[in-house]
Amino acid sequence: MQNSTYDLVVIGAGPAGLTAGIYAARARLDVLLLEKAAPGGQILVTDWIENYPGFPEGLSGADLIMKMTDQLKGFGVSIETNEVRSVDLEGSEKELQLSDRTIRAKTVVIASGAAPKQLGIPGEDLYFGKGVSTCATCDAPFFKNSVVAAVGGGNTAVQESLFLTRFVEKVYLVHRRRELRADKLLQERAFANDKVQILWNSNVTGIKGTDTGVSAVTIENVVTGKVVDLPVEGCFIWVGTTPNTNFLKDHVKLDEQGFIEVDHRMETSVPGVFAAGDVRATPLRQVATAVGDGAIAASMAADYIERRP
Amino acid sequence: MAGNIVEISDSTFGSEVLQADKPVLVDFWAPWCGPCKAIGPVMEELSKDYDGKVKFAKCNVDDNPVTPGNYGIRAIPTLILFKDGQQVDQIVGMADKSKLEATIKKGL
Repeated sequence: MQNSTYDLVVIGAGPAGLTAGIYAARARLDVLLLEKAAPGGQILVTDWIENYPGFPEGLSGADLIMKMTDQLKGFGVSIETNEVRSVDLEGSEKELQLSDRTIRAKTVVIASGAAPKQLGIPGEDLYFGKGVSTCATCDAPFFKNSVVAAVGGGNTAVQESLFLTRFVEKVYLVHRRRELRADKLLQERAFANDKVQILWNSNVTGIKGTDTGVSAVTIENVVTGKVVDLPVEGCFIWVGTTPNTNFLKDHVKLDEQGFIEVDHRMETSVPGVFAAGDVRATPLRQVATAVGDGAIAASMAADYIERRP
Repeated sequence: MAGNIVEISDSTFGSEVLQADKPVLVDFWAPWCGPCKAIGPVMEELSKDYDGKVKFAKCNVDDNPVTPGNYGIRAIPTLILFKDGQQVDQIVGMADKSKLEATIKKGL
């Protein structure tokens, strides 16, 4: 085992990586899936998924990932809890340095995902876990009948703000533009919800607090320049994601935001190395798109091996 | 959960954690929290790796609101390492094994 070379190593066991694993197993590749925390990734913090086809009633992120993991295990693939520390992708055999050993692979699918982006404002780190959060499903119950702020204007910001309304008295959704980027359906729900008040053209520029946690957020209106402190007990931040690519250094080509650039075969700038899901440069980051990426990446990895025995 | 991890409550927190004779890593969690479930298996592994050196405990914040309140916890999972009754380190949010180990080592 220690000295063997895998056909394919998949880094990350979210929807993209799990799908790559399923397709690789069916292509009869000798495949290893690596996950540093737990299968699922960001989907674990998603309260409810209702745009992934096949589940008309919707389902929780945790339930969907459990089904995907079961499906993968049905094909005899297991997931190892281990972290990729660094990679060497130069040769025909790629080397991956794990926390306890080095492994080799003919092909690699990078499906390491992304993490919530930070605002980089005063108080954000200090009060993380004391009112500052990026996970409504984890933390909303701590804010029963409270007033909270949420930052962002995309699908995650709007959907999770709507989830917050089940617990809180009021959500101020702070958005830097005059219109939301979220799906129209979600926008309609937010506009119709009495507990959601949208503060347009506004940035959160600071988070204030006391020993017990967050007490206010500082809001700047980008049009009028007016600055106010808004008393809130929590501040939820959903302003996009940053890719998990630290272990890659400059081995593959990244775009200016650090996402991995791929072609239509999901192949990166390095032959035999593919990327799938949230970690790649893509206009849409959804379970549905991640799954498609994973299927293409694993199939093209199999194709690559076949062409170069 | 496996035998190595102690389930603690508001009433046993003092005796199980504050008065423990070795460092204690407490995992504050709740059944409705997805990422909390993800930490479970990592805690299991660590409880075997550090058996006898560090005590591992879990506290359900739904059933035991007092203790998390005392430590200002408003996010889960939150893991706090205690030594000699004092808070040594804290991790908020999902963490991998190496991050948890780094925290544990601060108590050794």
